[in-house]
Amino acid sequence: MDVLTHNWSLYGKGLLGTVELTVFASLLALVLGVIMAGFRVAPVGSLRAFGTVWVTVLRNTPLTLLFFAVLLGLPRFGLALPFNVFAILALGCYTSAFICEAVRSGINTVPVGQGEAARSLGMTFGQTLGAVVLPQAFRTVIPPVGSTLIALAKNSAIAGSFSVVELLGTYKTLNELGYSIIWSFLWIAVGYLIVTLTISALFNVLEKRWGVAR
Amino acid sequence: MSSTALYDVPGPRTRARHRLYGVAATVVILAVLAWVCYLLYDTGQFEGQKWTPFEYRGIQELLLRGLGNTLKAFAIAAVLSLALGTVLAAGRLSWHRPVRWLCTLLVEFFRAMPVLVMIFFIYVALQAEPLTALVVGLTLYNGSVLAEVFRAGVHSVERGQHEAAYALGMRKTQVMTHVLVPQAVRAMLPTIISQLVVALKDTSLGFLITYEEFLHAGKLIASNLDYDLPFIPVVLVISPIYIGMCMLLSWLATWVGRRQRRNPKVEGEVGPAEPGTLLPGGPQG
Repeated sequence: MDVLTHNWSLYGKGLLGTVELTVFASLLALVLGVIMAGFRVAPVGSLRAFGTVWVTVLRNTPLTLLFFAVLLGLPRFGLALPFNVFAILALGCYTSAFICEAVRSGINTVPVGQGEAARSLGMTFGQTLGAVVLPQAFRTVIPPVGSTLIALAKNSAIAGSFSVVELLGTYKTLNELGYSIIWSFLWIAVGYLIVTLTISALFNVLEKRWGVAR
Repeated sequence: MSSTALYDVPGPRTRARHRLYGVAATVVILAVLAWVCYLLYDTGQFEGQKWTPFEYRGIQELLLRGLGNTLKAFAIAAVLSLALGTVLAAGRLSWHRPVRWLCTLLVEFFRAMPVLVMIFFIYVALQAEPLTALVVGLTLYNGSVLAEVFRAGVHSVERGQHEAAYALGMRKTQVMTHVLVPQAVRAMLPTIISQLVVALKDTSLGFLITYEEFLHAGKLIASNLDYDLPFIPVVLVISPIYIGMCMLLSWLATWVGRRQRRNPKVEGEVGPAEPGTLLPGGPQG
């Protein structure tokens, strides 16, 4: 118990680091993922191919390898950014592949008749997309995006081993300070549970508010 | 393209426009690729000195040993997670309430924890060997996810099947092993293989606890000053192999899935188990 009360600020900093990583990487992943999903359903062949390659490669890349390549590789090009920006880049790009697949399958669940009806009413492409297809796709996409973001929060633990301040990394300092290692891990576990449960609760609310009852 | 609600079948003018967009997009993509290649060239990544290490036998053996260790960890973890998954799924389907509760608790906890936290806990707190820590961590996580897959698979078998089996006087174990499991395995085989891809990808976490796997071997070569820190060459050699292995396994999963969909004996389809949420009403994919 002492481990937590004596090291509030250390745990707090770690938890804040994890939350920060999760939030920024989530935003990057959502933006990139939606763009890539757009590419994958585009009528232009080369964009579709690009989206497919992006998704296939990133989905099959071990995240550690990606971290290794981004955090230790990009600086070789003279690109000097703080470590946590690199970590956000790696996490965001990796997760964007999963978001892309979720969004794409969401778009594909919208029945063809919906688009045909919208067009026969004389709606333009923008109107069809914005008023008919995307709102319906958004509803089905909430649960899979939620679980992808939970996976992202859990994956952010890898960043700690690449000298980014986050929750898992706190064990090292605690270990050096001579605290019971089992207790410090217990509180780290609780921290991760707080983060994942928050995301889960958030998406539960979204799902209740907008999800489809099918 | 006719299967999406987004577009009509394009006419001649739209097709011409799309071709134009296609050419423009191709040019942009190629330009970006060329720029990356130029950057690689400009920072001297293609210089002979950085690529010499791969000519040496010792270094080739180091890489192969790393690859072997990766595959070894994957094989052990895969077998153990399948076994653990079976046990936990059996527990969750048990008729005894305490067993069911215990197994549910274990499954939900291990799915909600980052794998890396478990691996570090076993490595640091229990002071296990790196291989043991990696394998046990992967087994706990993937075993729990597989337990959910197995459970969903057993539930996907039509109700009439087990009712018929009970009506024939089979015992619950017989119903499970002779009727439900053989049918469930077909439906969930693609999902099981996809989960094994996750396990294969996660073996690279061993790098972080100094298990001497593929990435570790790469790091050793990359930090060698004699070859002018051949970091990018190492990444260029290692990642195709890593990604290729995972792609092969993913492709196997898709192939099996396609075959099963054509197979009239397979009824349901088992989706992937989502990462743990702990909330009963949480996202269920």
